[in-house]
Amino acid sequence: MKLWKTLQALLLQQKARMEGVVVPDNMRCVQCGICSYNCPIGIDVRRYAWEGRPIRDQYCVTCGECVARCPRGVLHFETLTSTLR
Amino acid sequence: MQYVLVGTGVAAVAAAEAIRRMDPKGRILMVGMEKDGYYSRPGLAYYLTGEIPERMLYPFRPEDFRRLDITLIHDRVEGIDPAARRVRLARRGWVPYDRLLLATGARAARPDLPGIDLEGVVYLDNLEHTRHLLRLARRAKEAVVVGGGITALELAEGLHARGLKVHYLMRGDRYWRRVLDEVESRVVEARLEEMGIRLHHHTEIAEILGKKGKVVGVRTKDGRVLRCQMVGVAVGIRPRIELAQEAGLETDRGILVNEYMETSTPGIYAAGDVAQVWDPKAGKHVLDSLWPMARRQGEAAGYNMAGQRRPYQRTTPLNVTRLAHITTAIMGLVGQRAADPDAGMVRGDSEVWRELPDAILAQKSEEVNYIRLMVGERTILGAVVMGDQSLSRPLYTLIDRQVDITPIKARLLAPDAPLGEILADFWAQVSRELGE
Ligand SMILES: Cc1cc2nc3c(=O)[nH]c(=O)nc-3n(C[C@H](O)[C@H](O)[C@H](O)COP(=O)(O)OP(=O)(O)OC[C@H]3O[C@@H](n4cnc5c(N)ncnc54)[C@H](O)[C@@H]3O)c2cc1C
Ligand code: SF4
Ligand code: SF4
Repeated sequence: MKLWKTLQALLLQQKARMEGVVVPDNMRCVQCGICSYNCPIGIDVRRYAWEGRPIRDQYCVTCGECVARCPRGVLHFETLTSTLR
Repeated sequence: MQYVLVGTGVAAVAAAEAIRRMDPKGRILMVGMEKDGYYSRPGLAYYLTGEIPERMLYPFRPEDFRRLDITLIHDRVEGIDPAARRVRLARRGWVPYDRLLLATGARAARPDLPGIDLEGVVYLDNLEHTRHLLRLARRAKEAVVVGGGITALELAEGLHARGLKVHYLMRGDRYWRRVLDEVESRVVEARLEEMGIRLHHHTEIAEILGKKGKVVGVRTKDGRVLRCQMVGVAVGIRPRIELAQEAGLETDRGILVNEYMETSTPGIYAAGDVAQVWDPKAGKHVLDSLWPMARRQGEAAGYNMAGQRRPYQRTTPLNVTRLAHITTAIMGLVGQRAADPDAGMVRGDSEVWRELPDAILAQKSEEVNYIRLMVGERTILGAVVMGDQSLSRPLYTLIDRQVDITPIKARLLAPDAPLGEILADFWAQVSRELGE
């Protein structure tokens, strides 16, 4: 179980480096705060989710922690080009 | 202009944001009887499991309320006088309004059982209840949980996470049969059993047993006694419509509102769990108990209160939740044929999920990753996605926008069809046209 989690996190990180930015789907968000609580940089991810905005924070290291922990599948990575479109 | 919002939940907060966008000067009073104000109600489940500390439950900081120039009042509204356009607060007396919003939410239903008032009977309903529950859980060893739907499971999983031995009692033959199909119920149940939660099908409480005012066990209708110090109850919710009823507003199970979220009395609006909203597509008033819908309704109410004429656009109900650690999305029409004895309207519920689509079933299961589609004449009517969620966003769009799926229908319905691949291919073709 632990190993699986680590593997998943690694895969997500790899994906993140390739793809760019965390994007919320705010129809799914219930503002529980798990994402903000687990962000190692202290970014208030939940607020971005409330506002339905991609997390364009210069300090975001795209570690994927918020994406992996959200219990509702609100957050996912998108390429910069596709979100700028 | 003076706006009075009753309630401090997401519906009231969304209304306040919308009002402020349209009316920078009006006075907004938000009256709530919970001293904790605005917090994430669904987040309570994660506070219970210990995934977040209490302080993380608050999505807004005090400065957010200041920025919106909202006056927060901790008090209970006890009456409405629509003729004089004023409300009566328990401590402050009469307060006038030009526009009033009732966003009073719903409360957990209390079953009529001997022993229901004993200490140790708990609900996962508000923050105060959850704190109380956590205090009791520190000393308790065993718990019995009754009810259906998401909240019952969150109670069972939460108490289990706190180290209690949990018995989950169901009246029917499987978990949440009104919404889930047999496979889905069994997947969840198998996971619960793996975790060590004891499931009891066809089991009802006859009486909660107590000693010195405290729970010591339950006696079931078939005569067994289960020892426990806590009984978690999640048998449904009741919209808080009393204020509206006393003021002569039209109510049914909720407060009836039109597409503009206005009640039968001019100047009074309702939104969120308490509102039963006119849905032109369905041709009737419907009740939802979903956070994102409460937010959308609050927002629509806010715009209309501030003088805009903007109808609430009811979207396809969607709930994404974790059932026994499996992320599960439920959208659109997924109803099951058989009646569910465990659940009336429960938290995180929509009446739509109960309706029976005239649809053919396609399903695909790969261990925990599972997709069920309800396929209609030319569109997908509903879906359940368990595990991997990468297809659930596209699916939601296909359902909500009623995209014609005729080109892939035959393939979707073929035995053992690779649903994931077919849908992903189709999505790659149509997503650009849909502007997604
Ligand atoms: C444990 C749990 C899990 C949930 N899970 C999900 C989920 O997975 N997905 C989902 O979409 N939804 C879920 N929900 C439901 C979701 O929380 C509600 O749909 C949402 O909170 C409704 O918001 P609201 O603003 O209408 O009402 P509420 O949040 O209930 O707020 C109403 C407020 O009004 C106050 N009030 C009532 N009467 C008065 C009065 N007379 N005077 C002053 N104040 C008053 C109440 O104290 C309360 O604070 C869950 C709820 C719970 C409890
Ligand atoms: S963890 Fe997910 S549901 Fe919770 S606040 Fe963050 S984005 Fe929203
Ligand atoms: S990807 Fe990592 S750093 Fe960026 S917001 Fe999420 S948790 Fe924080």
